[in-house]
Amino acid sequence: MGDSEAVATRPFLPRPRPAAPRAGKLALAGLALVVLVLLPALHLYTPAGSRLHVSDYAITLGGKIMCYAIVAVALDLIWGYGGILSLGHGLFFALGGYAFGMYLMRAIGRDGVYQSDLPDFMVFLDWKHLPWYWQWTDHFAWAVLLVVVVPALIALVFGLFAFRSRVGGVYFSIITQALTFAAMLLFFRNETGFGGNNGFTDFKRILGFPITAPATRVVLFMLTAATLAGTLALVRWLVRSKFGRVLTAIRDAEPRVRFLGYDPLPYKLFAWTLSAMIAAIAGALYVPQVGIINPSEMSPASSIELAIWVAVGGRGTMFGAVLGAALVNLAKSWFTMAFPEYWLVFLGLLFVLVTRFLPDGVVGLGRRLVRGRAA
Amino acid sequence: MSTQRSSHDGGRGIEHLGIVHAATPGVLDTSHDVILYLENITVTFDGFRALNRLTLYLGVGELRCVIGPNGAGKTTMMDVITGKTRPDSGTAFFGQTMDLARMSEAEIAQAGIGRKFQKPTVFERHTVFENLELALESDRRVRKSLLASLDGEGSDRIADMLRFVQLADVADRPAGLLSHGQKQWLEIGMLLVQRPKLLLLDEPVAGMSDAETERTAELIASLAGRHSVVVVEHDMDFVGLLGGKVTVLDEGAVLAEGTLEAVQGDPRVIEVYLGR
Repeated sequence: MGDSEAVATRPFLPRPRPAAPRAGKLALAGLALVVLVLLPALHLYTPAGSRLHVSDYAITLGGKIMCYAIVAVALDLIWGYGGILSLGHGLFFALGGYAFGMYLMRAIGRDGVYQSDLPDFMVFLDWKHLPWYWQWTDHFAWAVLLVVVVPALIALVFGLFAFRSRVGGVYFSIITQALTFAAMLLFFRNETGFGGNNGFTDFKRILGFPITAPATRVVLFMLTAATLAGTLALVRWLVRSKFGRVLTAIRDAEPRVRFLGYDPLPYKLFAWTLSAMIAAIAGALYVPQVGIINPSEMSPASSIELAIWVAVGGRGTMFGAVLGAALVNLAKSWFTMAFPEYWLVFLGLLFVLVTRFLPDGVVGLGRRLVRGRAA
Repeated sequence: MSTQRSSHDGGRGIEHLGIVHAATPGVLDTSHDVILYLENITVTFDGFRALNRLTLYLGVGELRCVIGPNGAGKTTMMDVITGKTRPDSGTAFFGQTMDLARMSEAEIAQAGIGRKFQKPTVFERHTVFENLELALESDRRVRKSLLASLDGEGSDRIADMLRFVQLADVADRPAGLLSHGQKQWLEIGMLLVQRPKLLLLDEPVAGMSDAETERTAELIASLAGRHSVVVVEHDMDFVGLLGGKVTVLDEGAVLAEGTLEAVQGDPRVIEVYLGR
C-alpha cells in the first residue's frame, strides 16, 4: 500500500538467516569423505582377510541404504514440506527400477539360460518378439530417459487429477496406496511383459562392465552417494526458496494461500512430480546394486515402510529423512537375521511409538535435548 | 460496445479517447465508479437459502459495513465474492468486466480482492516477515517463485507495513507465537501489502481489546478512499466508529441500507435484529 509517506522510513535490516552450525558442515564434509573415498578405497585396495577390509556385503548394504535415503528425502519434500502424504512412493521407486532393469535385461544379451536375444522370461513364455515398449531399451541413454520420464508422467497425470479435485489428507494417501497396489497386480501378470512375479534378475553387465566386479560396485556406490548429495542440495535449495515457503504455507493453511492469489495446484504438482522423479532415480540406482527388481517393491507395505523411515527420522528435516532411512534399514538388516518373523511387528510398534512420543522423529528429539541443555 | 462512454472519458488519458471502450482481461474497469456488483445472487445449501436474490453495489473507495443476525448470509456473501462458493443464480461482477463466478479463488485474489477471515488465518510456522513476504504483491507463478528474491522496494514495503501494524519488533518470530490481536493485525497487514482494490474484512475486531478495537477502527477508516472496503461486523459500536454506509442483511437478502442512524431507526431492522 502507499502508506510509506505516513510512516517514517528507516532502512530495514535484512532478517538474520540462521546459518547452519559450522560443526554440522564439518561433519557433513567428513561423512562425504568417508563415503566417497575411504569406504571405496578400503573395499578395493585391502585384501579380503584384512581387518580394514570393507566387504561386498557392506558396500551393497551401504549403497542400498543410500538409495532408500534418496527416496526418503523425496518423500520428505512432499510430506514434510508439502503436507501431502504419499503412501505410493514405492511405485515410482519400482518404476525407475524396472525402467533401468529393462536395460540390464537387454545387456545380458545371449548369456542367459536360453541363449536368446530375448530376455529369458520371454523365451519361457514363448514370445517371439520384444513387445513395443521394450524397443531401444538396449540403449543405456534411452533407459535412463525412461527412468525419469515414465514415472514423471504418471505422477503428473495422477497429481493433476487428484490435486485439481482437491483430494487431500488421508484420502490422497489411500488413493496412492490403491495406485501402487493396482500397479503391483499389473506387474505380477506375465502378460504385462515385465517378468511377472519373478521380475528381473541375473543381470550380467552394465555398460559392458561385469556387474558384480568390485570396481563396478564401487562406482555404483559412489554414484549413489553423489546422487544422494545432489538430491539433498536440490531439495535444500528448493525449500529455502520462495517456492519452499509457499509450499509450507500450502501445507499449513491452504485456503489462506489461495486468497493471497496463489494457485496451489502448480506448486503441489511441481513438488509431487519432482519427488516422483527423484524416487525413480533412486530405484534405478538400487536395481543394479541389489541385482533384482520384482513387483513386491510395489506392495502397499513397502510404501508404508518408506513413510515410516521419514516419520522416524523426523519429517520436515532433510537430515531426518536420511537418518530415518539409515536407522530403520540397519535395524531391519539385523532384525531379519536375528528374529525374522518379528520384523513387521517391530516396524508397526516403532511407527506407533514414534507417532505417539516423537512427533518430530529422532531429529526432533535431538533438538529438544539440545534446547533442554541450553536452557 | 459502449461507445457512448467516450464523450465524458475524454479528459482521462489517451486510452480513453478511442471510439471503442475495450475490456482488457485481468484489468479492473471501474469506469462507472462501481467496484462491485452483486445482482440477484441466490445460494442454496441443501435446501437452505443462504442468499436469496441478494443485490448490493459498492462504490469505488467506499467503506461499507454489513450487519445482520447469525445466518443472515454475511459470510456466504464473502464466499461468493472471493470464489469460494459459486452462486446458483445471479451475477457477481468486479468492476465492469470481471465475472467473479467464472474466476478461481487465486485469480480473484490476483485481480485485487483481499479477504480477512473471521478467525485470524496467518502462516503460524512462518515468521511475521515471511508472512508479509508471501502476501506481497508479486508474480504468483511457480517458475517465478523458484528464483524470486526480495528487492529493495519489496523489503521497504514490508518494513513499512511491519511498523504500520506495529509488529516490527517481532518480525523474526513465528506468527504462531503472536497474540490474538497481533495475528489480526498481521492478517490485515498481509492484505494491505497485496495492494488490493477491494478489502473484505470478516469481523476484524473479534477478540480484540477496546484499545485495539479503536486503533483498528482508525486504520480501517483511513483505508477508505484508497481502497474499497466491506466490513462484516456484529459490534454496533464498532460500526459507529467506522462511519460509512450500513447494509443490513436478513435471511439472505438486503433488509435495509443507509446511515447507521437511519437503519437503527428502521422498524423492520429493529424487529429482526436490534430488537432481539
